[in-house]
Amino acid sequence: MKMKWTSYPYLLWIIIFILVPLVLVLLYAITATEEHISNLEFTLDNFNRFLDPKYFDVLWVSVKLALQSTVMTLILGYPIAILIAKEKPSKRNILISLFIIPMWMNFLLRTYAWLTLLGKNGIINFIISQLGFGPLDLLYNDGAVLLGMVYNFLPFMILPIYSVLVKIDNSLMESAEDLGANKFQVFTKITLPLSIPGIITGITMVFMPAVSTFVISRLLGGGQYMLIGNLVEQQFLWVGDWHFGSAISIIMMIFILLTMAITAKFDTQKKGSRGLW
Amino acid sequence: MNKTYIIELENISKEYDGIRVLDNINLYIKRNEFLTLLGPSGCGKTTTLRIIGGFEQPTEGKIIFEGKDITEVPPYKRQINTVFQRYALFPHMNVFENIAFGLNIKKVSQKEINSKVKEILRLVNLQSFENRSIESLSGGQQQRVAIARALVNEPEVLLLDEPLGALDLKLRKEMQIELKNMQKRVGITFIYVTHDQEEALTMSDSIVVMDKGVVQQIGTPVDIYNEPKNRFVAQFIGDSNIINGIMLEDFKVEFAGKVFDCVDKGFDKNESVEVVIRPEDLEITIQEKGQLKGIVTSITFKGVHYEMIVNDGTIDWKIHSTIMKSVGTKIGMIVAPENIHVMKKVTRE
Ligand SMILES: Nc1ncnc2c1ncn2[C@@H]1O[C@H](COP(=O)(O)OP(=O)(O)OP(=O)(O)O)[C@@H](O)[C@H]1O
Ligand SMILES: [Mg+2]
Repeated sequence: MKMKWTSYPYLLWIIIFILVPLVLVLLYAITATEEHISNLEFTLDNFNRFLDPKYFDVLWVSVKLALQSTVMTLILGYPIAILIAKEKPSKRNILISLFIIPMWMNFLLRTYAWLTLLGKNGIINFIISQLGFGPLDLLYNDGAVLLGMVYNFLPFMILPIYSVLVKIDNSLMESAEDLGANKFQVFTKITLPLSIPGIITGITMVFMPAVSTFVISRLLGGGQYMLIGNLVEQQFLWVGDWHFGSAISIIMMIFILLTMAITAKFDTQKKGSRGLW
Repeated sequence: MNKTYIIELENISKEYDGIRVLDNINLYIKRNEFLTLLGPSGCGKTTTLRIIGGFEQPTEGKIIFEGKDITEVPPYKRQINTVFQRYALFPHMNVFENIAFGLNIKKVSQKEINSKVKEILRLVNLQSFENRSIESLSGGQQQRVAIARALVNEPEVLLLDEPLGALDLKLRKEMQIELKNMQKRVGITFIYVTHDQEEALTMSDSIVVMDKGVVQQIGTPVDIYNEPKNRFVAQFIGDSNIINGIMLEDFKVEFAGKVFDCVDKGFDKNESVEVVIRPEDLEITIQEKGQLKGIVTSITFKGVHYEMIVNDGTIDWKIHSTIMKSVGTKIGMIVAPENIHVMKKVTRE
């Protein structure tokens, strides 16, 4: 493939900010701790260390939470996307901005907000105590982390689904109805299959950050809470074992790539399928 | 209520945000008829069709199907199928699945679906196209799939919204004949929308000429062409010379300073009228013999005939003829009494 010279800055960007760091991470992952860069020792020990059940537990909880938040954002996001897509164009844009504008606010800030909402002296516990109950432990558990993920990642599910839905020609739904399909059948046979590309994008865009997050889990899960993202963070920032940290990152990356490949496969299968009867 | 009518539109009006786009439409459609809604862009053809299909609710009036009021019945419960203006084929299904859609919904057995789809594919000349994806089809093929998808359900009525609009001239002509033959063969009522007057004239049993949401004239193609009710219809259907005249008495009309015999009657004495003469009905002769005399001022070759403009001193007459007279030639023109069409003058507000 011939490339235009205008693509060179882009290539340079990719090399400096994506390729070089990746190679470095890979290099760290497959080398042992050494004082000098001159005598590198290649090893797979860093990966072997991960085979410890306690790390498997962390991976399992991370994947479980990421899957749960993906499913929940899908269940919440799909109907919202449909409702917005059904509105008139002018109203549509206002509604969709309602979901985008909070994303302009700092991610940390938005997550901190939940701390004050859910805390022992937070607003929710205050209301509950006024009713004569509580206080409840709303923070520092799976539920709080899940809530934080769903809240933060919901727009990433709504947006791709919405943008696929608004592009579906309304006459497709009308002709399905014309051919005898009731509203429910129109949804299952036309709207849903045609929105699968949006669902796939949404799932990828939610699952990837969810499985690797460490901010939400630390803030809402508390200091002891360990997801795989926290594990990487811990190795780099506190333990100082960049080699093990890199190995975990790569395991996480492989995991994400695998899930993406599976979802992509699902996408193409659907397209070529002999209908959904 | 009449048994011969399959669909009746009674006093249908439609408003969008207070703007009236259909005004008091009354339409009686016979079983097995090929009826065409004809009119310029924006006159309300699609809206009328969508009201019949159930996709739009009329602001006033009602729709009667086989004697029953179906105004409130949703589209999926109507025995009417539609071929949409842009086909609206399902992109995630192949040709077979598209055509089988309606039958699958009705829970027809797989065996019956297979044979019906095969049969309809033969009818639209698309054998062995079952497994083709929609995007791999040409415009004309997509259009035939759209027709097959509707026809396979054996509807009582088929609505077609400018189904040939996207095709080139040659394919359009072929499809016109094919569609007409199909309609005769399967024997169902077609309600066809077009803004192409030639298409309407060749295909229809009856034509409804519409303008600005109002029905201007309903009639057979021959009636509409030969006896246009008003200036709009005369101008919209075919080329025409429209001149002011005075109806002296029954069968006598004066225009262009001369008195002509004609076949129209029933006007007031000396009523002001409009006279329509089709360009091909003006016959060229030598000047002495002409009822009208003039000088050829322009000439254009139109393929089968020449179009000439002949000025008689006040009026520019348009003539279609296979005989060519060069610019500047003095000629005479004759028009037979049955080719003079007298219309009531509409005083436009
Ligand atoms: N949903 C709508 N909201 C507002 N106005 C509409 C709507 N649908 C149609 N109209 C208006 O109604 C009028 C008739 O439209 P319609 O689509 O029936 O025209 P048409 O005869 O089919 O024209 P064309 O030949 O261009 O398809 C137009 O002026 C159009 O702008
Ligand atoms: Mg239209």
